Amino acid sequence: MQKPVQKKVKNKEKSVPTGKSHAHESAHLHVSGEATYVDDLAEQAGTKHIALGLSQCACARIKSLDLSAVKAAKGVVAVLTASDIPGINDCGPIINDDPILADGLVQYVGQPLFAVVATSFMAARKAVRHALVEYDELPAVLDIASAKREQSWVIPPMQLQRGNPAKAMESVTHKMRGEFSVGGQEQFYLEGQISYAAPSEDGCIRLWCSTQHPTEMQHVVAHTLGINFNQVVVEMRRMGGGFGGKESQSAIFACIASVAAQKLNCAVKLRLDRDDDMMITGKRHGFSFDYEVGYSDEGFIQAIDIEMIAQAGFSADLTGPVVTRAVCHFDNAYYLNNVKIVAFSAKTNTQSNTAFRGFGGPQGAFAIETIIDNIARKLGKDPLDIRKINFYGKNEKNTTPYGQTINDNVIHELVEQIEQSSDYQKRKIAIKNFNHDNLILRKGIALTPVKFGISFNVVHFNQAGALVHVYTDGTILVNHGGTEMGQGLHTKVSQIVARELGVSLSAVRATANDTSKVANTSATAASTGTDLNGKAAQIAARTIRHRLAVVAATSLGGDPNNVTFENDHVFSNNKDISFIALVDLAYRASVQLWADGFYKTPDLHWNQQTMQGRPFYYFAYGAAVSEVIVDTLTGEWKLLRTDILHDAGNSINPAIDIGQIEGGFIQGMGWLTSEELCWDPKGRLTTHAPSTYKIPTITDCPDAFYSELFDNQNIEDTIMRSKAVGEPPLLLPFSVFFAIRSAIASVAKNRFNPPLRAPATPEAILDAVQAVREGREVL
Amino acid sequence: MGCVRFFLDGEFFEVENPDPTRTVLQYLREDLHRVGSKEGCAEGDCGACTVVVGTLVDDRIQFRAINACIQFLPTLDGNMLFTVESLKTAGLKSNQLHPVQQSLVDCHGSQCGFCTPGFVMSMFALYKTNPCIDRLSIDDALSGNLCRCTGYRPIIDACLSMTNYPTPEGSNPLIFESARHQKINSNCGINDQEQLAVEQLRKLKHSDGLTIKVDQRLYHAPNSVNQLAQIYTDYPHGHILAGGTDIGLWVTKQLRQLDDLIYIKHIDELNQIEQTPLFIKIGAAVTLTDAFGALSKQYPELRPLFRRFSSAPVRNAGTLVGNIANGSPIGDSMPALICMDAKVLLRQGHQSREIELQDFYIDYQQNVLQAGEFIEAVLVPHKDRVWQLRSYKLSKRFDQDISAVCASFSIHLEKGEEHGKIANIRIAFGGMAGIPKRAKQTEAILKDQLWNEGIVHKAMSALSQDFTPLSDMRASQNYRQQTAANLLYRFYLETRQNDPMTCDQLDVFAGQG
Repeated sequence: MQKPVQKKVKNKEKSVPTGKSHAHESAHLHVSGEATYVDDLAEQAGTKHIALGLSQCACARIKSLDLSAVKAAKGVVAVLTASDIPGINDCGPIINDDPILADGLVQYVGQPLFAVVATSFMAARKAVRHALVEYDELPAVLDIASAKREQSWVIPPMQLQRGNPAKAMESVTHKMRGEFSVGGQEQFYLEGQISYAAPSEDGCIRLWCSTQHPTEMQHVVAHTLGINFNQVVVEMRRMGGGFGGKESQSAIFACIASVAAQKLNCAVKLRLDRDDDMMITGKRHGFSFDYEVGYSDEGFIQAIDIEMIAQAGFSADLTGPVVTRAVCHFDNAYYLNNVKIVAFSAKTNTQSNTAFRGFGGPQGAFAIETIIDNIARKLGKDPLDIRKINFYGKNEKNTTPYGQTINDNVIHELVEQIEQSSDYQKRKIAIKNFNHDNLILRKGIALTPVKFGISFNVVHFNQAGALVHVYTDGTILVNHGGTEMGQGLHTKVSQIVARELGVSLSAVRATANDTSKVANTSATAASTGTDLNGKAAQIAARTIRHRLAVVAATSLGGDPNNVTFENDHVFSNNKDISFIALVDLAYRASVQLWADGFYKTPDLHWNQQTMQGRPFYYFAYGAAVSEVIVDTLTGEWKLLRTDILHDAGNSINPAIDIGQIEGGFIQGMGWLTSEELCWDPKGRLTTHAPSTYKIPTITDCPDAFYSELFDNQNIEDTIMRSKAVGEPPLLLPFSVFFAIRSAIASVAKNRFNPPLRAPATPEAILDAVQAVREGREVL
Repeated sequence: MGCVRFFLDGEFFEVENPDPTRTVLQYLREDLHRVGSKEGCAEGDCGACTVVVGTLVDDRIQFRAINACIQFLPTLDGNMLFTVESLKTAGLKSNQLHPVQQSLVDCHGSQCGFCTPGFVMSMFALYKTNPCIDRLSIDDALSGNLCRCTGYRPIIDACLSMTNYPTPEGSNPLIFESARHQKINSNCGINDQEQLAVEQLRKLKHSDGLTIKVDQRLYHAPNSVNQLAQIYTDYPHGHILAGGTDIGLWVTKQLRQLDDLIYIKHIDELNQIEQTPLFIKIGAAVTLTDAFGALSKQYPELRPLFRRFSSAPVRNAGTLVGNIANGSPIGDSMPALICMDAKVLLRQGHQSREIELQDFYIDYQQNVLQAGEFIEAVLVPHKDRVWQLRSYKLSKRFDQDISAVCASFSIHLEKGEEHGKIANIRIAFGGMAGIPKRAKQTEAILKDQLWNEGIVHKAMSALSQDFTPLSDMRASQNYRQQTAANLLYRFYLETRQNDPMTCDQLDVFAGQG
């Protein structure tokens, strides 16, 4: 039977522009092909194109680099190497260990060595292949285990401890040790990395770049060219997806394109072929875990000690903050009294791993969820029961290991609600019966919770600016520091401005992020886009509203404080005037009709040394229930049904939030199932195109997919009391992974913990089936 | 010397002597600056470049979605091209969205929007061809479109609702009238605009085929088999091009220069599916979509395999004979065809010969074809009810993935006195060797034995004598060996005499085909 895919949007539709499911501001452009991305911009006359020459060795000194045949190839205009970089040959976002073009030493297969500038993209790509490179190979460190052996780290280890787990471990009821791992993940933004640079007068550069961080691109381009920040303008209207992959790692392409544009004095485009993109850029960090846990008969965690190692790749990039977030999310929704977390950042000769939706949080939380799943099976209990008894309390047991008091905990009622609405208990029994009757196919179900901290862990990143212009025809232009990558940020910000000024959404237009408009912006990352930029835009709009209120009160009579703005009209003293007419009046009265707004998140503090503080303004919560069916002969599986209940606070746009929730869910499911990154023994990534790297497709979307927003308000004074929704849903598909694990465990009557590795490919599943059949389980 | 002629938005386009390997996508984006269609991978795997080609078939326009990124421009000759820009312009008012587009807006089906034009075009093909759209047909039609943002649910909703939108007065019915509307108004017959399109395309037929010559590089598009045989004799090192779903990548990924291309899709004889007394004869230019359509009428048990065979746009362009001739060890059609005892009809100059498909392959990327010889058709025997046939594919993902293992089994069990004895069995695998290959030793163990638990286990162990598969990013040797055996066991469970199991007891995807 075909069931229609359903959605439930619980929040009541409101008449104001916020709280309403408006379509994405660009939806009509997306569907008609009229939305322009960087590669769609009309090219300036004489535009040149770049292709990059990549290292074929994981670790080597360059003995010789003969590019004469490349230079002689058809269409080639110039070939650039490290020595052509006028400023600093580095684009590392935090530490200077990220060369733009390798200089003498290559550190992974795929590292850019030289850039070919040619009259066409194809000519540049063809010319690259004429390079003659001789390598002096050096020993390469290719995985976490080797890095640990070699003590090869990109940054020093971190440690977070509360209580005394070593001592507590002596008196625990049960003890368990184990090791497991979780793989990395390619961002696979549909629009590959691209930068288009054009020189302008006085040594300036204008750059169109698909990036989540225009300000950082401005900075690195300036450093690379040896020019000032005020000589670089970066513009970004929209990305074809970012997911973290265009936070720091758009930099290398921005820099190379700018170097070429400056040197050749013409516009230069650097667009990556998909394979090159995947070979060059970093991915989500894979992690390995080694833990010891002590627990009571009921499954209460008495002490826990874990070592986590993230695979950083050849440079630090954003690994420091990623690992910090992993450490700060190991608790997920659970109170851990005696806990020690030691986290290492392995330096390997592979792509430099970077931001990806969740930013280490998913990996950290995945660890505790695995351990809880193991405890449950050891005790012969439902993992949900173990989860519940370990949840943070509301008024006690409510301090995180990093010292933050949780005062917005809704996990109890949220889980209670979805347990009921998904029929979890009934279905559990039905599944048990199914598994009893079926020889080959097995089913499993799991309910997993999410608690996710919102804010940048670096306190001063939590700031934003906006500009709101009201024109004399009553239309409004808003510009802010955030970038649009599909998440609906511009839609929400426009809704906020429309609401503040009481006008229809159609009167407001959001424009491209532009470093010459709002300066010193933070990356659009950490789910904070709307929280920060929405507030800044609201402040700007309020400034204008206050000015207009004075004009309205002067004209209509009444107190400016009692003037109201709604339905494109302004009301005072029981009279009203249209917004347009009021704007005209204000202009004629020489009132400033544009304003800036600036916002910073209050009350945050964080000490990276002690790993203590209040790094998060608040937490977002959610839970999902997933049911799967697994084939024990082949390891193939299918998701039968998923229910999601997610806390987006008081949603500004329920449809957009549901879109983030479902999209994050399916993306996270890909990470934990079909998306497998493979490197060959020489360190060459072998899954570097969609033919070999498999993100979820349409059939993977379950027939029964019920997503609902949890009825909640942010207790903090966030924009409209909403909550950030970009990253937290990526953790919801833990429910899929643990449902698969449960189905596998049923093969041996749930006696063993399946040693299921992530991603749970059919092969990984079959291996785990085989293992539990033979009574082998996780340590 | 040669002119590629086609229609775009009802307008006649003529491109003189284009580079034969310029892709449709490059032409659209770089030459026409028609940038709605996107490049996401340049290998036909993400669907961001999807366009729809309208072809003249039986006096109607057939709408098929294909990947513009690997389709060469000259192959458009004689066709109509529809891109994402075509849809809105066909409306009455300039700002009127097509129902496919409007439903996506209303269902919140786009986020970053980069994949959206491709989805729009796959949905448009579905809209124009399927009068009763359900989840299964949606999954099929959109199996070649990757979306990284939405999780697909809103796109599915849009597909389910798109034919409920009214066709606005005055819009171009060639583009706005859905298959559903057409079915409801079937008495109206073919609409004026389609009739016009049919007449336009009729006029584009080249009487002597098309030849393009650029810098000593040749592109031939003959329109008879005899002409083809002659050209291929003259240019034995040329490449025969049909769907281009592999050759396209030689250009976009391997950056190869292809000097002589011989395009066969304009040859009527090769576009035929013929029911001969002994065979279903499928010509070399017949697309996978059409070939599978014909085969699944007699062999419905192969539908699950056909669904998982690449994606809709690839099946719409690629040909069954192309899959065979390409001879990839992981080509998914061959294990089944070998089990069906299919033959291939070869042609060289004026000579023809027929050989068993299983004898066609010699070794990795080597086959029996002589210089200037090509496959004219594949001959699939009509169904014989004494045989039970199954084909199973394993890969990391359901849609559009390359097999780790593709297994096919065909068994003939005795009735009557020797009830349950294996009169004959054929077992063929893809992904297990350098070529698609039969498991001869395993078959020998099974032949003339009773089809029971004991013998199947013996046979499962014997498979390791037939095959020593490789480990790669798709699967390890161990997984391939183990699942090859387990799939034989699945086949046994499905076909055993006592209490055979149904496919929904054995296959998590059952009910999907």
